[in-house]
Amino acid sequence: MKYQDEYRDPALAQSLVSEIHKQARHKWVLMEICGGQTHTLMRYGIDDLLPANVELVHGPGCPVCVTPLETIDRAITIASQPEVIFVSYGDMLRVPGSQSDLFRVKALGGDVRITYSPMEAVNIARRNRHRQVVFFAVGFETTAPANAMAVYQAKREGLTNFSLLVSHVLVPPAIRLLLQSPANRVQGFIAPGHVCTVMGYSEYEALASEFRIPFVVGGFEPLDLLQATSMLVRQLEAGRHEVENQYVRSVTREGNRAARQRMLEVFQPWDMKWRGIGEIPLSGYRLREEYAAHDAARIFGLSTTSVAEPAECIAAQVLQGLKKPTDCPAFGKRCTPDLPLGAPMVSSEGACAAYYQYRRHALTELQTV
Amino acid sequence: MTIASCPISLPAKDRILLGHGSGGRLSAELMREVFLPHLGNPILNKLEDQATLELNGRRLAFSTDTFVVKPLFFRGGNIGSLSVHGTINDLAMGGAEPVFLSAAFLLEEGLEVATLGKIVKSMAEAARAAGVDIVTGDTKVVERGSGDQLFINTTGIGLVREGVHLSAANARPGDIILLSGYIGDHGIAILSEREGIQFDTLLQSDSAPLHTLVRNMLSTSPDIRCLRDPTRGGLSSTLNEIAASARVGMTIDETAIPIREEVRGACEVLGLDPLYVANEGKLVAIVPPESARAVLEAMRHHPQGAHSAIIGTVTGNNPGMVTMRTAFGTTRIVDMLSGDQLPRIC
Repeated sequence: MKYQDEYRDPALAQSLVSEIHKQARHKWVLMEICGGQTHTLMRYGIDDLLPANVELVHGPGCPVCVTPLETIDRAITIASQPEVIFVSYGDMLRVPGSQSDLFRVKALGGDVRITYSPMEAVNIARRNRHRQVVFFAVGFETTAPANAMAVYQAKREGLTNFSLLVSHVLVPPAIRLLLQSPANRVQGFIAPGHVCTVMGYSEYEALASEFRIPFVVGGFEPLDLLQATSMLVRQLEAGRHEVENQYVRSVTREGNRAARQRMLEVFQPWDMKWRGIGEIPLSGYRLREEYAAHDAARIFGLSTTSVAEPAECIAAQVLQGLKKPTDCPAFGKRCTPDLPLGAPMVSSEGACAAYYQYRRHALTELQTV
Repeated sequence: MTIASCPISLPAKDRILLGHGSGGRLSAELMREVFLPHLGNPILNKLEDQATLELNGRRLAFSTDTFVVKPLFFRGGNIGSLSVHGTINDLAMGGAEPVFLSAAFLLEEGLEVATLGKIVKSMAEAARAAGVDIVTGDTKVVERGSGDQLFINTTGIGLVREGVHLSAANARPGDIILLSGYIGDHGIAILSEREGIQFDTLLQSDSAPLHTLVRNMLSTSPDIRCLRDPTRGGLSSTLNEIAASARVGMTIDETAIPIREEVRGACEVLGLDPLYVANEGKLVAIVPPESARAVLEAMRHHPQGAHSAIIGTVTGNNPGMVTMRTAFGTTRIVDMLSGDQLPRIC
């Protein structure tokens, strides 16, 4: 496949791997932030190629995983109402709330539809003026511009039947939280390429100099991740802490200004609860006052209740890179993608689910030895 | 306020979800927990794609399949031709020559008769081309809103070749895994025409009858252990089923699996894995190592198998688990999905 196979070339991968083996003289712990990157690492077994002294831990960058249970419950309540057409990205449907999930709502007669684009939800609102169309606006800075565009368009057209149930999260505040933790082990970050395509990487420069920690903006293909790892190791071995950009084919320092501007017209930063981690100051978006009429949380007047997570789940430590999924006694036994106990097992981008899907064999081999 | 409840997803036992029809783990659960406890018998319990019956010294293959597809017409076929090919293939995977089919129609009030006519004509053409007769049938009409235009069930009977005993349980360590060509064509062709996703592609469904390919393979080597067509749930579900049934492990080679550029591209964009995408004209064969070359040659000489490849081996490691050697020389699991494959957010 053109423009893709170039980034999956095994010979080039091998040469990057030997480079990393040569460079890494000390022990380093690196974190990839984004769930898409975790997925690639697991799918291609990239971390198996790295030397033992370079450890990759997996960050909180799975928006599906960190969406709070309360928000899932809200979505379920809204989607169950007969006048509502509830539109969502596909992988949110399986995420269990405290009592049910959106697949079940659909089975019980709720009008729940999967889409690839929020603009499709606007189309549905145009065609169904007599019904309330609610789009589940989930994701990091990556999906925020498209979601902002959808509600902007709906407002401009006077589509009063279109609203967003917003659960947007932002990467830099989460990184700050990780770095402030006394238990932090992470010495270098692979910053999320898609997020930086929108946001640029200047906001990571402040974090790099404040915490004296290197960042490399990385892409999502195997070679991207190997190259980003190599760049991080080189910085660490040289005692540097800069922000470098591996994903130059997509990311600039300034990012996409037009997208960011539209986003900030529509959304404002807000304190946000992350499933498995807790509340992080100004780490999410909510709709601005001007868009209150398109804010599903206000239209449907839902109160916020907080729902307890099962005590056994070690999501908080996994999402902060303090523990590996396989350190959890419930992993693969009481907690599987079919019956997830907590956040990182609910979507294939979550660290636990990625381990379960691609890496369980390592465990069974250990067990049979 | 804190509600002391756990976010445990309710085991999907109280209601039927779409995932129960996906061919993945939920489908298997339904079989195990609802159907087999009541209906189980030595033939059904084998859970092959067809039942093999002994009647007066003849061995018959017997199979049924119901077709629900949206849109009804797609590039490379329609629900009619698909319903004929699907049942022929289920019989062929049992080593049988298909002979007779039945066809039952569940029609929704309001369906255009001309649409039905086109579909029935295409069924007739598909049956004629494959050399089978549709000899009995049934029609029911349900109220508007109680069905989605048209569902078709076909059932078939075939004669199993002498000396051939195919079963997923036969696979054993050392056997070779063969695949008859490009995977994912059907699923992606259908998706590309589905409302809300539409994209331009020239990709066609691979819907085709496989019994003459199977005939050639079995003539070359009657000791083939097992044949399966990787329909819904894709290649990965089929391999997982065989691995579970024979209690063996499997290792496949990522670089050996034929996947078209268009399918890989569409899967990248849609966030899908081609290993889980449906096929309607492909088969997987498990073959003893000494016969693998000859069977592969026979497959490649048949139009339905021109792009056949050896994709892996059966092993004694990790019984019930399928692993894949990636292009990078690393190993990962190829798991069975629980329900339908869902597009990822980013």
